[in-house]
This record gives sequence, structure tokens and C-alpha cells, in this order.
Amino acid sequence: MLERFLTLPAPIMGTIAAILVVFAVVLPAAMFMVLWERIFLGKLTQRPGPNRVGPRGLLQTAADALKLLSKEDFDPKNADHALFYWAPVFFMLPSFLVYAVVPFGKFGGSYGPALISDLRVGLFFIVAVFSIHTVAIMMAGWGSNNKYSLLGGIRGVAQAISYELPLVFSFLGVILLTGSLSTVRIVEAQSGGVWNWYIVAQPVAFLVYLVCSIAEVNRVPFDIPEAESELVSGYNTEYSGMRFAMFFLAEYASLFATSAIAVTVFLGGWTAPFPEPAVITQSPLGYFVWSAFWFAFKVFGLITLAIWIRGTLPRLRADQLMNFAWKFLVPVVLANVFATGLLGFVVKSGNGLGSWWPVALGTWLALGGWLVLGWATAPKAERRKVAY
Amino acid sequence: MNETLQQIKERFQEAVAVESGRDGDVVVMADTRSARGALLEVIGKLRDLGFTVLTDLAGIDYLQYPIQQPGRFAVTYILSDLKRRQRVRLKAYVGAQDPVLPSVTHLWQAANWLERECWDQFGIRFEGHPNLKRLLNHHEFVGHPLRKDYPMRSRQPLSENDSLMDEMVVRLRQKGLLLPGIEAQLATPGVRVSDHGEEAAPGSPSFGARGGAASAAVVERITALPGVLGEPEFYRDLHTELMFLNIGPSHPATHGTLRALVALDGETIMAAVGEIGYLHRGFEKSTEVQTYNGVIPYTDRLNYVSAMMNNFAYCKTIEKLLDIETTERTKAIRVVIAELSRIVDHLVCIGANLVDLGALTNYWYLFNVREKAYDIFDRLTGARLTNSYGRIGGLARDFYPGCGDDILRVLKETEKAIADVEQLISHNRILLDRLTGISAVTAEEALSRGWTGPLLRASGVDYDVRKAFPYDGYEQYDFEIPTGTVGDTYDRFFIRFYEMAQSARIIRQALAKMPAGPIFPDVKTAALPPKDDTYNNIEGLMNHFKLIFEGVKVPPGELYDSYEAANGELGFLVVADGSGKPFRNRCRPPSLLAYAAFPEIIEGHMIADAIATLGGLNIIAGELDR
Repeated sequence: MLERFLTLPAPIMGTIAAILVVFAVVLPAAMFMVLWERIFLGKLTQRPGPNRVGPRGLLQTAADALKLLSKEDFDPKNADHALFYWAPVFFMLPSFLVYAVVPFGKFGGSYGPALISDLRVGLFFIVAVFSIHTVAIMMAGWGSNNKYSLLGGIRGVAQAISYELPLVFSFLGVILLTGSLSTVRIVEAQSGGVWNWYIVAQPVAFLVYLVCSIAEVNRVPFDIPEAESELVSGYNTEYSGMRFAMFFLAEYASLFATSAIAVTVFLGGWTAPFPEPAVITQSPLGYFVWSAFWFAFKVFGLITLAIWIRGTLPRLRADQLMNFAWKFLVPVVLANVFATGLLGFVVKSGNGLGSWWPVALGTWLALGGWLVLGWATAPKAERRKVAY
Repeated sequence: MNETLQQIKERFQEAVAVESGRDGDVVVMADTRSARGALLEVIGKLRDLGFTVLTDLAGIDYLQYPIQQPGRFAVTYILSDLKRRQRVRLKAYVGAQDPVLPSVTHLWQAANWLERECWDQFGIRFEGHPNLKRLLNHHEFVGHPLRKDYPMRSRQPLSENDSLMDEMVVRLRQKGLLLPGIEAQLATPGVRVSDHGEEAAPGSPSFGARGGAASAAVVERITALPGVLGEPEFYRDLHTELMFLNIGPSHPATHGTLRALVALDGETIMAAVGEIGYLHRGFEKSTEVQTYNGVIPYTDRLNYVSAMMNNFAYCKTIEKLLDIETTERTKAIRVVIAELSRIVDHLVCIGANLVDLGALTNYWYLFNVREKAYDIFDRLTGARLTNSYGRIGGLARDFYPGCGDDILRVLKETEKAIADVEQLISHNRILLDRLTGISAVTAEEALSRGWTGPLLRASGVDYDVRKAFPYDGYEQYDFEIPTGTVGDTYDRFFIRFYEMAQSARIIRQALAKMPAGPIFPDVKTAALPPKDDTYNNIEGLMNHFKLIFEGVKVPPGELYDSYEAANGELGFLVVADGSGKPFRNRCRPPSLLAYAAFPEIIEGHMIADAIATLGGLNIIAGELDR
């Protein structure tokens, strides 16, 4: 067995190794995220957070996973069993498939970036794979034969479809600037320092992506498919034990994935926020550690931001959520694509900030103008006074 | 007796007697055919005279009452005039044989559930009631438990759920959501849509069972007929049907105690009906075998979020019956503790409401300070939740040394937490969009529904028992009554912030001039003798013994008295028969009338709005179901 494996061609071997590494990293990372969320959310809400299992509560998630593993795998009598069984699998699948095209570091010198496969249609792949979630939510919602699950499923589908649109469009600006769908090319185009990151040229797209990605992973304030106080637990109401754990872990893997994509597309991927000294970039392993650190650091920051948002905002209502996507995000992001295309076309002279500055200036001006305008025209006494 | 009642007396002659009670005027209707016929007219007249609010409607069974009464049952209507701050108690006697009275549901929406409860508990029918069905007891229940001849400890096995479809069909018809044609098909023999109460003999064993069977058949028929339920014109091509969904009792926002069956079009609630009674434990019946002081722990469990207010409300009623005046110190302590309880109650309401809206963080901000208030309660009363702090004529014990300082400290922390939460939410666009314009209730509607407390004030009526019928020296404190403007979930939510600020004002004033002195007045018939007397003096010992074993003897009489609890007007209608136990102890729970409105005010809104509305109503099931 091992001999046959070792005789495989090098690229395939490398790919298999990379897949193993990704699994070895992502699963524990998702579990760590659960723990970090509980710690950080605990701090936000004046609670101690987990502090009982293991040293400083570090084994809490492991214990939870064990507990869920040992629980009964409950299967409602009137459920559509096939759908009910496969939904968690389909839910988990895209969360891991996405990592195939996310470069999580780079080896120094003449070696290439560290990722499973550098597809030329990387971003397209991400978008395509992520929409499998929608199918899984609908499968779970319909297959459970429970009205709350069904409502959750329908909400989930409506939300995913609505928010995928602005999410895809938010990539378009970056694709226009890079001229490529390859994630590696996009990261390389951002190397050299924080001013080269696409967040500078595409702030609007970044904000839209941030909102949409939170909606994609069904987190507060967009957690309406689950909406515990309204729909009991939404599409996963009937799930228990390991099947529930799969939903649960997949949600964190997805959060990890969307954050990794945001880092790749807008925050310079594995690159440091300043010009990297040659001594680091030339060292094969050293640069890998260096770049992987920056990548992980940025992902961690974005996840913390998502947790912070969860600790701050209430949940939207289903129709308000739709209105926000269709009447606000879609027009805004379309305008961004249009502006990027126009400005990028008018002043096009190679890669780097040199060619972006009209785009960056234009979008920042528009963003600032919108903020100022919004501030000035906002109804001041939004809050009705209660009379005495 | 005021002139207006004099007019009524002259107009109706024998049918009506007007007496003067300690709680105001009492209009007594005799148990005669002509008096029953005149009841609606008398009520209408009282309404014209300004008694426009039906505060309470409750039955009394005078079987075994030591004083001869004109009829076995009496239905008591408490009518309030909020402008002139007067109340009148109308007692309509009705005999044991087929007790029936005209319904007043056409005058007040509040009468709907109150009359249902009266039918449920006493078997008094109300002619013209749209849906006279059991309210608190299970629909299979046999008999009427608050009748004196219903045994205290009888048990009945009850199993079948009420599908509620019988009520739902009526509601759908009212809303025009039943297609023509379904009507005829539903009316076939064996399927009765709304046959509750009207034909069934009171207490007949088949009563409940028939209701259940009918509803099951209706469900079957409705689900078997394709396209039978209403489709708005707009959707006709889509062939959508209404989906029925039970929100509760097993639902995170209904806490296992509330239920609303809703008919959904998408996520919009087209029609809704409610069911309660999941936490019904027979408070009123149970208290009839307890001594007056023994009832106090039962009152803890009414609104268990602010238990001590219930203690005080109940004690206040009995004190009025006994005609004793509590000491100044007791009054001040009661005010301080009641206002702190009000703050705690509002903290819980706001925190829970925000959790239901998905804003988790605020919950801990508010609950952490609530725990600190509970630490004080703990030290003061020995319990955190069900404190049993009130005693008839006084309190369980005096403040411990430094209690006032503790309260001021916690008050300060609470104000900080409230300010933090206000900062988090009061300019939050999501929250404002979720609350504004949802389930708006106009002032007239709120009055008709019998709403009181923050709910009524949110609709713009500045009625507060503390101002209208001052007690415990509230008239000497400087505070205001905040009122809302629209009466939507927003108003009901934010008015509690203002009320907490007012409560803090009252607490500071009361603590600043806390009078010294004893906590019990020198009344041997109610207050326990000092421990020294009990141990060293035979009279003291006997006094103690008799007060504990026989209870505080309350002379025969009855009255209604109310208290501004956190959720609204908490009233007790107590009938005393001279013994140490209440003959009848009726509790007027503000939550009941609030929840009675819930199914109707959520119609036209979405599920998420219904949950927000429910949080804003602050239904406490212990009080709702008693």
C-alpha cells in the first residue's frame, strides 16, 4: 500500500499530502474556533466562558464533540430518510472543498505557493462549491418533515440565493483589477505591502463581501434559518448527536473558509502588510512559516470580527434581510463593478497601486460621500420620545 | 353613594341595590329573571356614567357561606372609571339551577377570556358569548373546580391535545379566509365547528370529549379538501394553501407554557388562536384551604419574577378587609422593595425580549445586575426567587443593617447596565426596524382589552394604580408616569426603560426618608406577639398559637383591591367568611388579559414579529395560568 503510494507521480503525491494537511489543520481549527468563540463571546457578555474541562477550559470543545458522538442518532419516523441522512454530509462538503483553492502560505525561493490546486478558475470554483450549502439546507429542512425545519430551510435557501449574488459581484471588481480568477494570481498581485491589498482599491466590495459571507454562514445577524427563538432551531431542529455535530462543525469550517477567502481576495493572502525582506522570501521553509503565520493571523482577526458582530447585533427579520440584499447590496455592488471597470479601463497601466489609484480614489470618495450624506440625512430622532 | 348610582337605583328599583363597600360602591343585582334581564342595561348605564373599563370579571360560589345570600353564585364585575379614579363593583347573583347571565363580550374584548374562565371554573354560562370554551382547565376536564362542592383533591386523567381547529375555523371565517363551499361541507353531521358550551350541560361528562372529537374531525376534513382554505387573489395561480403551525407550548420563546396556533401564508400570520392553562395549578382553589398568611407563598408563584410585589398586593387586600393600617416603616420598605422588584421584572422582560430578537449580549448585562439585586433579596428574605416577604399587617422581617446602602449600590450598578444596554440598542437600526410599528394597539383597544400597566401606558393612557388609587404612601413620592404614543412593540419595549428610571427615583426618595419604628402595627388580631411574649407569657403564647394555627380571623365581607405590579394592575377579590381562611380568593392577573390579545394583535405580522410582540407583552405564565 505504502509502496504503491510512494510510486505515485510527485504532483499527485503532493496533492494528497496537501489534502491531508488541510484536513489536519481545518478540523482542529474549526474546533478551536468554537472554543475561541465561547471564550471571546463570554468576555463580551461578562461571563467567564468555558473554564471547567481541561486546563482553563481548553478541552471544552473536545468534550462537547465526545458528548455529541456518544448521543443517539435520532431519526424521525416520518422523515425523508435519504435526504435526512445526506443533508449534513452535503452541508459539510463545500466547507472543506473550498480549501482546495485557498493558498494558505508560500514556500520561499523558487518554490510555489502552498495550496492543493491552483485552479485557473479558483474564485469561480469557490462560488460554485459554496452554493451546495443551499441544497443541503433545503434537504435538511424538507427531509426532517417538521414545519419549523421547513420554514428554516426555505429561509435558508432564500437567504443563500439572495446573498450569493452580491457576494459573486463583490469578487468581480477584484477580478477586473487582477485579470485572473486564480487565487494565487490574486494574492501575488497584492504582494508588497498593505497599500497593495485589494481592500484599498475595493473597500465597497470588501464590505459587501463581509456582510454576504456572514449571511452565507448563517451567523448573527443573519441567522434566520436557525433563529432559535423563532424557529426552535430551524433546519437542524430534528438533528441530534453526530449529525448535528456535522452541521455545527461545518458552520465553523465555513466561517473559517469565508474568512480565508476574504483574506485571499481582499487582505493580501499570505503576504505581510509590509514589503518582505529578501532574506525571508528566499528561505523555502522559513518563508512558509512566515506566510502561513500572516495568513492565519488575518483569518483569526476576521473570525474574531464575526464573533464581535454576533455579540453586538440583533437578528434581522426575513423580509428585511431580503430587502437589504436586493435593494441595497446588489445595486451598490453593481455600481462598484461598473465604476471599477470604467476607471480601470480609463487608466490602465500594469499591476500594483500605480494602476489602481483612480479606482481606489473613486470608491473611497463614493464611500465617504455616502457615509457623510447618510449621516446628514438620517432622521435624527429615530427614537420616538416617550412622553411624560 | 354618588348621584349617578342613585339614578341607577331609582331607574331599576327592586332589581338593583346600591351599597357602599370599603373599596367603593357596590351595585347588587338580585337573582331574578327581571334583574338578569336588566343586567346589560345596568352595565350599559354604568358605562355611560364613565365606568368604561372592565377591570375584572369573576365568579363567587356562596355555597356554605355563613351569611345567607340571594343566590348561590355571584358574578362580580369590577368596572373602573380611569378619569375620575373610581371603581364600582357590580355583583350579579345567579341561582344554582342552570346559572346563566348575558355576555358582555360585545362591550369589552376583555370579557371574552374572563367569561370563559368563569364558565370553566364555576359553570356559569354567558349567553351570547362567541366561544364559550374552557380556558384554564383541560378541555377533557369534567366539572367546575371552583365550585364549593368540587372536592379539593380529586384527580382526573387528561390526555388528548386540543387541536384548536374549532376556534381556528371560526377565526378564518371571520377573516374571510375560508372559501365559500367549505362552510357547507364542514356543516355536515358529526362535524360541529363551534359547539362548545352552548349545548353541553355544565359538568356533563361528555362535554370535553365532544369538543375534542369535533376538532379532530374538522382537521381531517380541512386537510382532505384540496384548495379549501383561502387563497388571496394574488396567489391564486400558485395554489398556495395556509399552513398551520403551533407556536408553543414546546418552543423556546413560549417556555412550554403558552400556545398559539397560527395559520401561515408564507411567514405571515393570517389568523391565530391561543391556548393557555399549561401552568394552571389551581391557585384560587388551593388558597381556600390555607390560612390568610399561608397563602403568601402561593402568591410568590404568580409573577415569580417579582414575587414580593404579589405578596404586598395580597397583604394589602387583606389589610383593607381587616381595616388595619400598616406602619410608616412597613409602607416605606414595601415601596422600596416593590420598586426594586419592578426594576428586576423589567430587566428580565427587556433581557428576554432582546434574546428573542437575537441580541444576546444585553441579556447578561441585565441579568448580572439582577443577580446582584437577588443577593439583597436573598439576604433580606432568605430566598432569591420566591421570597414570601410580605405578612398581613407587616413584613416577614425588618431591613438588615446596611440594606439601604446595598440597595443604593445595586441601583447604581443597575443604572450603569441599563445605560450600557441603551447604548447598544437604542440607535441600532436592526432593532428599531424590528420593533417599530409592530402589533400597534390603540388606546381604546387597549382599554377594551383590559390592559393595564406598561402595556396600557405604552398605548398612551397614563393609568397607574400608584397614582390613581395611591397606597403605601405613594402620594408623597415625586415620580411620573411615562406613556407611549403608538402602542407598538417599540413603545411597550422602551417604556420599561423609563419606568425603571422612575422606580429608581422612588427608591432613592423612600430610602432618604425611611422612617424608624416597628414593622407591625399594634394589632393583636393580625400581628404575631413579640418572641419574648410568646415564650414567657401565656397570653402571648396563645395569641401566637391561634394566629398560626387558625390564621388571622378576617370578619365577613368582600372587596376588590389592586396594586400596581410590574406587569400591570394585580388585583385580588377576596371574600372572607369570618374564619382564618379566605372563602374565595380571586386573583386578577394582568398577564391573562395581555395574552388574550396576543393571537389577535399578531395577525398580519410575521413569525419573527410575533415573537418580539410576545416578549414585549412580558407574559409570566405563573400569573397567567395561576
